[in-house]
Amino acid sequence: MITKRIIPCLDVKDGRVVKGVNFLGLSDVSSPVKLAKFYSDCGADELVFYDITASAEGRALFTDILTEVASTIFIPLTVGGGINTVDDFDRVLKCGADKVSVNSGAIRDPSLIAAAAQRYGDQCVVLSVDAKRVDGQFRVFAKGGREDTGLDAIEWIKKGVASGAGEIVLNSIDTDGVKKGFDLEMLSAVCDAVNVPVIASGGAGCIEDFVTLFETLPKVDAGLAASIFHFGEVQIPDLKKALADRGIIMRV
Amino acid sequence: MIAIVDYGVGNLFSLTCSFRSLGAEVTVTGDPDVIRSAGKIVLPGVGAFGDAAELLRKSGLDQVVIEEANRGKPLLGICLGMQLLFDKSLEYGEHPGLGLIPGRVVSMEPVVPAGYKVPHIGWNALHFPKNKPVSPLFRHIREGDCVYFVHSYYATDCDADLIATAEYGPELTAAVARDNVMGTQFHPEKSGAVGLSILRAFCEMEDLT
Repeated sequence: MITKRIIPCLDVKDGRVVKGVNFLGLSDVSSPVKLAKFYSDCGADELVFYDITASAEGRALFTDILTEVASTIFIPLTVGGGINTVDDFDRVLKCGADKVSVNSGAIRDPSLIAAAAQRYGDQCVVLSVDAKRVDGQFRVFAKGGREDTGLDAIEWIKKGVASGAGEIVLNSIDTDGVKKGFDLEMLSAVCDAVNVPVIASGGAGCIEDFVTLFETLPKVDAGLAASIFHFGEVQIPDLKKALADRGIIMRV
Repeated sequence: MIAIVDYGVGNLFSLTCSFRSLGAEVTVTGDPDVIRSAGKIVLPGVGAFGDAAELLRKSGLDQVVIEEANRGKPLLGICLGMQLLFDKSLEYGEHPGLGLIPGRVVSMEPVVPAGYKVPHIGWNALHFPKNKPVSPLFRHIREGDCVYFVHSYYATDCDADLIATAEYGPELTAAVARDNVMGTQFHPEKSGAVGLSILRAFCEMEDLT
């Protein structure tokens, strides 16, 4: 049986991890390389790096860091942020990324998904969607959740999968940061609409939230979170053990 | 020295780094003489079988790999590189492989149960066949250890050379070995400590130089 995956997400700006990081025993807590190593050693099944820099210098720094991470950590790496063209795919894949996540870039130019899938394979293209309830509809938001695109999230995701997206990251803006659990209703709607892996993001506050996620929605493949891991509120070994104890298949 | 065969398919960055992290000397090369002088060969690959087999043939490296394998040199195929070791694949038509291991490569779509997603992507546990000793490739790991898979096609009709399977509905071929020719469907270079232990076992095999 394939295991459920636990995925820490690292937002990187100007070469440093942002969103506070508060680990005991890590001397340089905002070093992406050290943090990635720490998570890999803890049993993280995959890592996601989001490049949230806007400047060209920041971008070059990001690829340097990615190269360093990929040459020392041997688990799957997904990279997102600032992916607007097939050349951007090329840039991060050469540095050792295994999958590339598109969000606003695909909203601006939906043909990006098909073009990238054709060149690198569906398994390489992750469609990341920030969605929020508006007028009884799950609506896609762009630019880090600031701009309502008017797109229906379920339709957008179906279209993305039909174009070649091999995996979906669904981040619910409604539950993000609230720490009261994942958005089960929104996730369920997405899982029913597509037959590619769905990664839940936004809302995890404690171990029990992951248990509820996988027990309620067995079709969800992975749970992603950032600050609860960075702040040590949830320790990955404890989380994976708790999930395994509840009969959820984990890599332990 | 380990030669990673470069025939224009895929990204060899992680594979190279993973061997280097073990202290192994590796060269990424498309030069037949370098491959012939290497102690071991790694055949990587991603993408579609037909395209990769064609590139390998065009480069002439298919014959070099076959000759060296037939001399007894340790050869490790990874992912599509493992699939290329077989007689043929039925991915988008019928394409001949290197014929180093009997068997064929077919779509998993008809054999996996409803609700199982294709491609098979993620971490899955290795099962060792009950009727034979554990392969030397797995001497540093345990049955049940998880490794990372990404594939839609799988090798079949290869029971004699099967050294590991993974359950995805049925038990799918995860690794094969026929004397000095070995292959893993999964990516050891993306499988954390378990994957590195498998690569280490390969590095420790006797060189043929």
